[in-house]
Amino acid sequence: MAKAHVKMTVNGKEVESLVEPRTLLIHYLREHLNLTGPHIGCDTTHCGACTIDMDGKSVKSCTVFTVQAEGASITTIEGMANPDGSLHALQEGFRIMHGLQCGFCTPGMIMRAHRLLQEIPNPSEDQIRFGIAGNLCRCTGYQNIVKAIQYAAAKLRGETFAEAAE
Amino acid sequence: MIPGPFSYHRPKSISEATGLLADLGEQSRVLAGGQSLIPMMKLRLAAPEHLIDIGAIAELKGVQRKGSTLVIGATTTQHELQQSKVATDAAPILLEASLLIADPQVRYVGTLGGNVANGDPGNDMPAVMMCLDATYRLTGSGGSRSVKARDFYQGTYVTALKPGEIVTAIEMPVPPAGHGWAYEKLKRKIGDYATAAAGAVLTVSRGKVATCTIALSNLSDTAVLATDAAKAVIGTALEKPAVEAAMKAARAVMSPASDTRGTSDYRIHVGGIMVERALKKAFSRAKG
Repeated sequence: MAKAHVKMTVNGKEVESLVEPRTLLIHYLREHLNLTGPHIGCDTTHCGACTIDMDGKSVKSCTVFTVQAEGASITTIEGMANPDGSLHALQEGFRIMHGLQCGFCTPGMIMRAHRLLQEIPNPSEDQIRFGIAGNLCRCTGYQNIVKAIQYAAAKLRGETFAEAAE
Repeated sequence: MIPGPFSYHRPKSISEATGLLADLGEQSRVLAGGQSLIPMMKLRLAAPEHLIDIGAIAELKGVQRKGSTLVIGATTTQHELQQSKVATDAAPILLEASLLIADPQVRYVGTLGGNVANGDPGNDMPAVMMCLDATYRLTGSGGSRSVKARDFYQGTYVTALKPGEIVTAIEMPVPPAGHGWAYEKLKRKIGDYATAAAGAVLTVSRGKVATCTIALSNLSDTAVLATDAAKAVIGTALEKPAVEAAMKAARAVMSPASDTRGTSDYRIHVGGIMVERALKKAFSRAKG
């Protein structure tokens, strides 16, 4: 099969490649661009560990062909830290609120929460839980993930989140 | 999991897409959002030689109200549909049902056209389209035709769509102001297909149901319009006997398989309860 030429912006950098059309975006990110932050968890569109941001949408990159991302602007967890290297509010929130144990789901959780907070800067707990329903965590029971997102939402609004981690 | 190899095509117009579909024949498949097709391809349950990606065709996107008709482009995503005030003001059941489909990531990418054209009885929108009496615009290289949602589904993954045709738009009459609506879905967890689901759209006049449509998801080999169930409540104020008659009539047209979501008997039992809940909620929302 003829390879396809793709060009997109990933974490602010333009990338161009020849790929087999069947190459899934998660494989392209991990194996061609060496961005191993997005994880392959279930590989069946359930777990959300592969979530990235594509043109303002949270997308499961195991369920998108690279060729569909032609011309897209993509952000992965590698593109989240601030330019000076300090952590993004969400990364900081997950650290301070213990929003992870094994950490496998965290890149997907953060990328999904990133888009959620763009759309709803001050979400209720219910909105957070509904908003991250496509991301599975098998360690935490979600309590501290919700708090991590609340922490980040408050910080991004210039406020302080008063609660402590569970 | 890696899908089988295929050639990729990204047409920019409907005519280019239907031309490709005609030229490449039955070994080609249309790719919209891909949220059903790509998982099938990863499992090698689908292995098309050619994929025709209609995601870059601008004329397939968007929601418009033309008088008393709502026209939704086939590649409008669930997320875009939810964000469209034009759509959700005219027919709020679209929002209610759309929010119950899969999960946020899938809804950003999955399309209305894909959901209705796929032919999986677990898809939620076919029943909603039956409730709203929607019509699908099917376009091939020889021209376009319209088929009602109520006539479109023939069996699991078997529809009225002919080789070479693409669902290009979904059109529906805007339900009357003050109508009531509900889509009730029982599922094991968020993101799952329905164990049983029912939609209802009705109008009320002087406290009694004047018109009513009910349709069921994942309770047969296709979505089903429960005509007798709807008839059972017309002219009533949803008193207990009327609701029970509707549940009984709806259960009579259910024939779900026993699967991991439950036995056939269980799914028929809860299917009736979904009908009851949908009717009561729709009635409570109706004005008149």
